[in-house]
Amino acid sequence: MNIIVCAKQVVDVSEIKIDASTKKPILAGIPQKISDIDKNALEEAIKVKEKTGGKITVITVGTPDAKERIKELLAMGADEGVLIPQPQHADYYVIAHLLAAAVKKIGSYDIILCGEASIDMFSGQMGPRLAGLLNIPQITYAQKITVEKDTLVSERNLGDKAVTIETTYPVLLTVTKEINQPRLPSLMQILSAANKPIHEWSVADLASADVTPKVHTIDVKGVPMQRKNIIFQDDVDQSVTKLVDELAKAGVLR
Amino acid sequence: MKLELNEQQKMIRNMVREFAEKEIAPIAAELDKKGEYPTKTLEKMAKLGLLGIIIPTEYGGAGLDVVTYATVIEEISRKCASTGVITSVHNSLVAWPIMKYGTEEQKKKYLPRLATGEKIGAFAGTEPNAGSDLGGMQTTAVLKGNKYVINGDKTFITSGPKAGILIVFAVTDKSAASKGISAFIVENTMKGFKVGSIFDKMGINANLVSELIFEDMEVPKENLLGKEGDGFKIALSTLDGGRIGIAAQAVGIAQAALDESITYAKQREQFGKPIAKFQAIQWMIADMATRIQAARFLVYNAAFVKDKGERFSKEAAMAKLYASETAMDAVIKAVQIHGGYGYTKEYTVERLFRDAKITEIYEGTSEVQRMVIAANLLG
Repeated sequence: MNIIVCAKQVVDVSEIKIDASTKKPILAGIPQKISDIDKNALEEAIKVKEKTGGKITVITVGTPDAKERIKELLAMGADEGVLIPQPQHADYYVIAHLLAAAVKKIGSYDIILCGEASIDMFSGQMGPRLAGLLNIPQITYAQKITVEKDTLVSERNLGDKAVTIETTYPVLLTVTKEINQPRLPSLMQILSAANKPIHEWSVADLASADVTPKVHTIDVKGVPMQRKNIIFQDDVDQSVTKLVDELAKAGVLR
Repeated sequence: MKLELNEQQKMIRNMVREFAEKEIAPIAAELDKKGEYPTKTLEKMAKLGLLGIIIPTEYGGAGLDVVTYATVIEEISRKCASTGVITSVHNSLVAWPIMKYGTEEQKKKYLPRLATGEKIGAFAGTEPNAGSDLGGMQTTAVLKGNKYVINGDKTFITSGPKAGILIVFAVTDKSAASKGISAFIVENTMKGFKVGSIFDKMGINANLVSELIFEDMEVPKENLLGKEGDGFKIALSTLDGGRIGIAAQAVGIAQAALDESITYAKQREQFGKPIAKFQAIQWMIADMATRIQAARFLVYNAAFVKDKGERFSKEAAMAKLYASETAMDAVIKAVQIHGGYGYTKEYTVERLFRDAKITEIYEGTSEVQRMVIAANLLG
């Protein structure tokens, strides 16, 4: 199986602070990492490769320092990396077109794996958009994947129920973070990752990707969360009744 | 000059940090409470190559530099000081002297077993009457035919009850004083090897520390490390390297104390606001962070000098002295910031407080470090 994994470099969202006066996120000095669920996608790719053999290529659209993050994925078990520089103005539409062009340039593939969404923006659009542009079947929110010779069976997590789907290749899947536990690379794998290739393709290399963004981001601001600070100090029974009433009023309970 | 880890070192540090958060942090308090050796953790660490960090690749290790090694020990110790010291002793006090002084046969026989974690290493120098004064040891080794027969008692041996491969020091020529000490590679399966009592310690309780008793222990002649009489030199140079590991361990403990203090100070409210808003707390946090960063740079400096192949005895002593005293300072402040809660076993800082003290004592007390530094400066 030849597998392509799409991985995004994101800021470590747990480290973001919001500027109290401007409400803007402070991004300077925040460490970068691979979006967590994309690591689940790679882990699943490695598991498939362990079973069937083949090759794993990871594609990232990102800033030049994303190369270091790609090395982490190569250490985990990917065979090759592709880095496409992030255009200054890019939205999901642009990124999906770049990814689609890169996939076409790679040519031969059986499975494309993505995280269900990135941990920074969490739009969940990239997988579906990419499958649409490539005109191949897609299975989103995969929580289980079974690979057979001619078909792939996957269980989709739809919250309160799961749906099992069978498809032929090629196919794009987006995985949930529950699907597996991404492995940590050993020291030896980290060292050997330095010898695995990372191809840097320019936007010009992907000529068909001459697209302009449809969405313009005007501003990004933190949403202040105000607590109500209501304290119930009567005896327990009365406090519980009042608490339940308040929760009902707030629309939390019905 | 660049005071920064390179990308590969950062990647390794991040891997170990993630491993420590996922695999070590959840069980550290429990192992401390039960006095249980982290056997399963060590097995997982072996799979990641962390038991053979500095062992050359031809012997199954990762062949990495000392700076990387120090960052690994710091990250492990940040979540469990016991696992940190076991890893440090295994790498720098056992693998390193075999790498440096071992014959090709010894390297081929023992280094792969240490790198894969098949055997854990221990360093048996200290005796009931020979601590800082290592030259005063009384354990003897007498060559009989093709075997050395070793008799004596060792004490305070990290991993003593669990180790499979040990570096043991014994007197082969009493008349030559410290130049009559020799080093041996000993296996715990050798006839006459016995584990004595296990110490009930103040801290690092997941690290089992014991006495070792050698009663006519038979060690093959080919297990002599270096030449007869090289033992004291081997011990001192090995401990120089070990000190970098202990210094890194101390930085890890101190960093954990700071991490816990920051988290607690932000959420603990008194007088209607988080205690982090009080200058008294802010100054303690600022002082802790500043000393920790200084200690970390001293550790990197000692490791850097060792990596260059230069003499690093003074640098290692400085790093160990300053980092261990920083760890003590940090845990005292951390418990103070936590107030009464910090004095209970419910909070991590209580364990850190007990763990930190030993870093000022083992592998050379702070007083010995000052002696080493002064001797380097004054001749």
